[in-house]
Amino acid sequence: MSGSIQDTFFEECEELLEATDEGLTAIEGGDHNPEVVNAIFRAVHSIKGGAGAFGLDDLVAFAHRFETVFDEVRSNRLDLDEKLIQLLLRSSDHLSALVEVARDGGQVDEAHHDTLLAALDEYIPEEEEDLSFEPMGLGGPTPVGDLGGFAAAPVVPQEETYRIRFHPLKEMYGTGNEPFFLFQALRDMGELTVTLDENELPGFDAMDVNDSYLAWDLVLVTKEPRSVVEAVFEFVEGLCELSIVGDHDAEAEANALAALDAMFSAPPADGAALPDPSPEVDSGTAAAPFEPPVPAPEPEATPASAVEKASAPKAESGKQEQRGGPKPTLRVELERVDRLINAVGELIINHSMLAQQIANLNVADLRDVETELEGFKNLARDIQEGVMAIRAQPVKPLFQRMARIVREASAATGKTCKLVNEGENTEVDKTVIERLSDPLTHILRNAVDHGIEKPEDREAAGKPATGEIRLSASHRSGSVCIEIKDDGAGVNRPRVKQIAIEKGLIPENAELTDSEIDNLLFMPGFSTAKEISNLSGRGVGMDVVKNAVTGLGGRINISSAPGKGSTFTIILPLTLAVMDGMVVSVADQTMVVPITSIVETMRGSDDMINNLGADGTLLSIRGNFVPICDVAGALGLYRESEQQAGVYLLVETETGQRCALAVDDIHDQRQVVIKSLDGVCGEIPGVAAATILGDGKIAMILDPESIIAASPTAAAFDTERRLSNAS
Amino acid sequence: MKTKVLAIDDSRTIRNLLAATLEEAGFEYHCAVDGREGVDMYSDVDPDVVITDINMPNLDGFGVIEELRGTEINSKVPILVLTTESAPELKARARGAGATGWITKPFDDASLIFALKRVTGAAA
Repeated sequence: MSGSIQDTFFEECEELLEATDEGLTAIEGGDHNPEVVNAIFRAVHSIKGGAGAFGLDDLVAFAHRFETVFDEVRSNRLDLDEKLIQLLLRSSDHLSALVEVARDGGQVDEAHHDTLLAALDEYIPEEEEDLSFEPMGLGGPTPVGDLGGFAAAPVVPQEETYRIRFHPLKEMYGTGNEPFFLFQALRDMGELTVTLDENELPGFDAMDVNDSYLAWDLVLVTKEPRSVVEAVFEFVEGLCELSIVGDHDAEAEANALAALDAMFSAPPADGAALPDPSPEVDSGTAAAPFEPPVPAPEPEATPASAVEKASAPKAESGKQEQRGGPKPTLRVELERVDRLINAVGELIINHSMLAQQIANLNVADLRDVETELEGFKNLARDIQEGVMAIRAQPVKPLFQRMARIVREASAATGKTCKLVNEGENTEVDKTVIERLSDPLTHILRNAVDHGIEKPEDREAAGKPATGEIRLSASHRSGSVCIEIKDDGAGVNRPRVKQIAIEKGLIPENAELTDSEIDNLLFMPGFSTAKEISNLSGRGVGMDVVKNAVTGLGGRINISSAPGKGSTFTIILPLTLAVMDGMVVSVADQTMVVPITSIVETMRGSDDMINNLGADGTLLSIRGNFVPICDVAGALGLYRESEQQAGVYLLVETETGQRCALAVDDIHDQRQVVIKSLDGVCGEIPGVAAATILGDGKIAMILDPESIIAASPTAAAFDTERRLSNAS
Repeated sequence: MKTKVLAIDDSRTIRNLLAATLEEAGFEYHCAVDGREGVDMYSDVDPDVVITDINMPNLDGFGVIEELRGTEINSKVPILVLTTESAPELKARARGAGATGWITKPFDDASLIFALKRVTGAAA
């Protein structure tokens, strides 16, 4: 059963960590409202409570200290100064890391763990430091007190007779404790005899209804250890006079002491020192078998009567989760949503097939049908948008995690910077959010490592010592725009260019525009760090970031101003499930090219074509030459007919490289449902995915970037262009 | 007739854990997400025993005990407090407010059922 509950726990942890982060950020911003502190305390406390249930001891221990420090803050015994806030922020980050490790496995940075624990301990007063978090033993209840202490030596369960004297104080009745239920619990352990002692009962006149006059003498014969018998009275400890005497108590104690003696005097002791198992059960007690104690003049009603009350209406089940949040929500398995998305995709395909078949019917008057079809189409779109909205999530949790990345990076580089988030409520497809995490992490680490200057340098440059990185999200005409803007030194262009030359990425005498130099950062194998720093280094460059973004169907740009900072702009499609594509034909095959990559389309005439080298051809467009890349050739397709590629799609790659994709014809521009080829066939160079067209045929969705990258003409021309730029 | 439990805890994880254990053991389970909702639901559910967390928004566990004990009709219902600490002062405070007993988190099935048995007499 614990599998799904554990999932719930980790889900809840995400929310609680988010709440913690949010609260700490508010505190960092100067909001010391007690409710904010309380909310954080509760969140951490809940994490601890849940973690305990799953035996996540590291998490429990850390959450406990974290929470204890917060309790001090809450009780106004600690001041929230800058140093403490920073420690709490780092602790919250570490708590997230511990949750992640608990969920996904992996290693906790133990040195960091210990450092934080020690730092938190400094804020915890001596007497609180005792981590009295007692996980329940297998047998269950924690023993009360340590009467008979040594009896805990290894014992073969043997029967023992306990004589129990139980005299409740009047206070006990105010807590809802009921002697009868305690006796029932004892009866379940063995043979119980109960004798009511009513000797203290005064005359009727002298009786105080609120006082307690009854006492019981109980004899219990059980195999349960003493601790379990005592545990029955755990809740009434201090609310009654209680004595529990086992017939073998003295014996057991002597045996245990003997065992201890034996252990110390003769280390390799054999079993001889075990307590003597001589169960002399005293069964001669002449008391009656168990009878419920007659609560004769019991002044107050027993809760048992509650059972007889009318059964409650079941209205509460629906309102359980409604409180606490601003809007009621429904938790649905992701898979169900994806199934729905898939079905809607099919519906859209189905619509275009239907439209096509109706058009092929050659019916004279189709106006009514077309109107209805249009309605069908609009409804399908509405459903699609609705379903997409379900998958859409605010970027807030992602952005909040990034604050932690910036803090870690700042600490590692000795810089001070803060992350300012904007547009946190912008909603983006869940998958996009998941896959944005790595690229964003990398860009932010880079921004701290290479962008933001050291505090003294910043002050020398007349800037505030604390650097600022602005992370913003917004919707922009059908796409999502994520911007990472720092107020650091900007791209060090001479240095970037020098490195590019050293690494052979560009010729020595290359003349590049500022923007071209900035874009060198995205080239594979480029890394400006003088030595690989353990921060943004790690052997991956910005090219990986770029690949991740383009893998999401997006683009990334950089702009930079020396001394003022750099801005990375990531433009992403709203959804990964549909896209606008241009339907073209290539060697009798129908294919789709993503609209986002197409700059211009044109029909070419012979006089626009120029030869370059043996096989290469260039297209002349308004005085500029663009390499031609034949899609059929790139994909290894052969034309059966004599038809030549006569239509060109001018596309631009991220590095600003332009290329004319030669196709046979352009048919249509339409929205297509993207069907992943993962698991259907291996990776096909030049093909990104597939879709189903209106006629039911499968069409490949092309990946212009990889087609161009594989084209020798484009590569040759690109080198040529750089050289000519240089001269 | 099943023994009715009203559990009040703001942690979904703990509510689910309680639900799983109690329903399997044959209890009738009701839950509320904070103290205020718990007190509001009380008369509708009319439970045989209340299990409440301490740290909750809106109304905390002590508040729940005080409100329930404050009305004559509820003055005897057993109330078990869920706590992560077994600190004596916390128990004393809960008892002072009128709690019947406590369950230390993390709880296992056996200790939870054992605690319920001691205050309701019910094994289920």
